[in-house]
Amino acid sequence: MSMQQDMSKELQMHAEPAVYVYEAPIRIWHWINAFAIFTLALTGYFIGQPPPSIPGEPTFTFLFGYIRFFHFAAGYILLIGFLFRVYWAFAGNHHARQIFLPQVWRKDFWEGVVHELKWYFFLAKEPKKYVGHNPLATLIMHIMFVWGTIFMIVTGLALYGEGTGMGTWQYDWFSSWVIPLFGQSMDVHTWHRVGMWWIIIFVIVHIYAAVREDIMSRQTIISSMISGWRNFRDPSRKPGDEI
Amino acid sequence: MQATETFYDVMRRQGISRRSFLKFCSLTAAAMGLGPQYASQIAHAMENKPRIPVLWLHGLECTCCTESFIRSAHPLAKDVILSMISLDYDDTIMAAAGHQAEEALKDVVENYKGNYIVAVEGNPPLNEDGMYCIVAGKPFTEQLRYATEHCKAIISWGSCASYGCVQAARPNPTRATPVHKVITDKPIIKVPGCPPIAEVMTAVITYMLTFDKLPALDRVGRPKMFYSQRIHDKCYRRPHFDAGQFVESFDDENARKGYCLYKVGCKGPTTYNACSTIRWNEGVSFPIQAGHGCIGCSEDAFWDKGSWYARLQDIKAFGAESNADTVGTAAAAAVGTAVAVHAAASVVKRVAQKKGE
Repeated sequence: MSMQQDMSKELQMHAEPAVYVYEAPIRIWHWINAFAIFTLALTGYFIGQPPPSIPGEPTFTFLFGYIRFFHFAAGYILLIGFLFRVYWAFAGNHHARQIFLPQVWRKDFWEGVVHELKWYFFLAKEPKKYVGHNPLATLIMHIMFVWGTIFMIVTGLALYGEGTGMGTWQYDWFSSWVIPLFGQSMDVHTWHRVGMWWIIIFVIVHIYAAVREDIMSRQTIISSMISGWRNFRDPSRKPGDEI
Repeated sequence: MQATETFYDVMRRQGISRRSFLKFCSLTAAAMGLGPQYASQIAHAMENKPRIPVLWLHGLECTCCTESFIRSAHPLAKDVILSMISLDYDDTIMAAAGHQAEEALKDVVENYKGNYIVAVEGNPPLNEDGMYCIVAGKPFTEQLRYATEHCKAIISWGSCASYGCVQAARPNPTRATPVHKVITDKPIIKVPGCPPIAEVMTAVITYMLTFDKLPALDRVGRPKMFYSQRIHDKCYRRPHFDAGQFVESFDDENARKGYCLYKVGCKGPTTYNACSTIRWNEGVSFPIQAGHGCIGCSEDAFWDKGSWYARLQDIKAFGAESNADTVGTAAAAAVGTAVAVHAAASVVKRVAQKKGE
């Protein structure tokens, strides 16, 4: 065996297989959406618990008005982004569909969930490799993020429609049926706020899992959402599932 | 016969001048947001239409709706409405009593089938076969069913008839039930409020008599002309809300300056009613103007949507002092702690693995 052959074998061993997962529109959407959620949660928190009163002539101050304005503006960004994201589930690659359609009818999906849970409870030695989301992540994304966002969009538009009033699409399409469905306006406000905490909890788990898996699963997670490529640091272990 | 007498005849008989009558018509048109051209239509209707018999029933209630109604500040309104409609049964204000009163009710039901209006104040309690509210020796539920069987339409006066109000607040021991959940086959107009504004009540009746149809209702069944906007939308303290100037506690400097009552629990932003425009007692004032937040009395189950003095609603499932933020903070803190512990365990595992390698 020549020296050269040895070298190339060595190189091959260290090569990191990479897969293009997140297309550019997905990545842009992800960060715009993250920014919108941050703005919505921050301003939303203050809408329910207003900051200390400011003195002065109300003609020249519009602090609470601006807080609400930024909330509504970010809400529209979230809405339009989400509509685009749903469109991209059809137009984009097969990874783009993943969080909308967790493959709950497949046995190996649930085996994947169980294995992933074991991994998080320190019972499994190694996580399985997935090109997109792992099954547990897909499930959490679907339940907490997708449905959480839909819930916030629907209740949010219903509350917004109260201000725009009867005859506007926000009122006619949302407020008119959402408010009686929950009971009264106060209930929609309360549930919308519970929804905020639901999303905040999702964000905590999402960021933690992304950072942790980036380190522990020996594959890129965070940089993938910037570059689009997922690198696997251990070439010996191939992606286990190509959902 | 009484039924052929028109509103106008009655008014003239009562010594009301034509000039006063026309004034009333314009004011009513304005109150209903109809525009000046409708004043003549109202006048025409009142001059030509026979009076419609109205049965005013009282269930489980406090009679605050009647108290409000008879204080209608609209010029002439109480005289006009009370003499205009043929109020054939109203046990609070009718002269007749006992069998005589019940006879009047029976008379209308039998002689004006499909042509009379039932106004319900209060609601029927359904527990113990309705024994918690007895009218003329029978459960109110029976009187309600009997009176509404052949009626043209029902007016649910106040939050009791519309939603249940205080007697239906948790745990609702008598199972007080709003009218629309007991009588399901009749058109029902809800005029919620505890009590509703007097001018709103008189205007709803005037509209129905004038145009011979129900006013436009929203999805909940409330007349759009009075319940399509929130107290907040027309509140005179709204500039302070937008500016971020709030009363922090009652009797602080901000309260004296008349800042927004949002932080001390004003329910104006979630309450559909006309208080901030029509106001009360001849337009003298309304709760917010008096320095107290709106308690949301015209909203469904407002007794259970407390506290009236906090912006965020109480969540009863998690103990006495919970709201969305205490529940949310606790949940986020629990998840955050779990994440921190998990992260620490992950580090330990990794260090152990590194050592093993």
